[in-house]
Amino acid sequence: MTSHRWSQNIEQTLPSRQGAHVPLIEEILAKLEELGWEFRDRFGIHMALEESLTNAIRHGNKFDEAKVVKVHYRLSPERFWLMVQDEGPGFVPECVPDCTCEDRLDVPGGRGLMLIRAYMSDVCYSDRGTCVTMEKIRGQEPAMDD
Amino acid sequence: MSVRRRTKLSESGPVTVVTFADSKIIDEEEIQELGQELYDLVDREDRKKIVLNFAHVEFLSSAALGKLISFEKKVSQHGAELILTNIRPEIYEVFAITKLTKLFKIKDDEADALAVL
Repeated sequence: MTSHRWSQNIEQTLPSRQGAHVPLIEEILAKLEELGWEFRDRFGIHMALEESLTNAIRHGNKFDEAKVVKVHYRLSPERFWLMVQDEGPGFVPECVPDCTCEDRLDVPGGRGLMLIRAYMSDVCYSDRGTCVTMEKIRGQEPAMDD
Repeated sequence: MSVRRRTKLSESGPVTVVTFADSKIIDEEEIQELGQELYDLVDREDRKKIVLNFAHVEFLSSAALGKLISFEKKVSQHGAELILTNIRPEIYEVFAITKLTKLFKIKDDEADALAVL
């Protein structure tokens, strides 16, 4: 993993303010397009970025501007890697109910984590759920049950 | 009637066709506004047959999905009917991943929806 030649390796912090993540997403998507990533892959990465950064700002840091979201990303023509860390209390990903169960289909929340898992090749939570790390291999199809 | 900023309406007989003003449905405040405009269709205007046309929608977040789910519930409670149409393949995939294709009635285009409403 460490031997991969990354085109970019960038760390930055975001304030815990609504919409603070939007310019970063635009920047990353533009870089991926420059590196030749197709629309379909960029769509999935857009989803994972939107959901993970929103979760960190909203559910993790609860819009507390005294707290920041740490973002570390690497990209290359073949791979995209992202780490998002908030300063919130954390959560247990396994305890988030499955929103695709028949009796929970009409419950409005809980789909963000599922979308991240579906579109990324690999997703891992650490530090009590305050840190999520994910990777996307270019061209890999979204995971779909059934 | 209040001003609509997130949706546009047209009528086709008894059916109300809703199109979305935004191509990306992400912003929290805009999603709240969108939800209110949709809720008003049944709560205040008592519309019974509604088509949501997604032709302009290029991206939507899970928060937007949540709002659509709440709207579907409200529509059912009011004894109204709701059909989603013109969903791009990548957006349809989002519905498929989250199994919302089982919750919503989805048709290819407006003509297909109007034929069954």
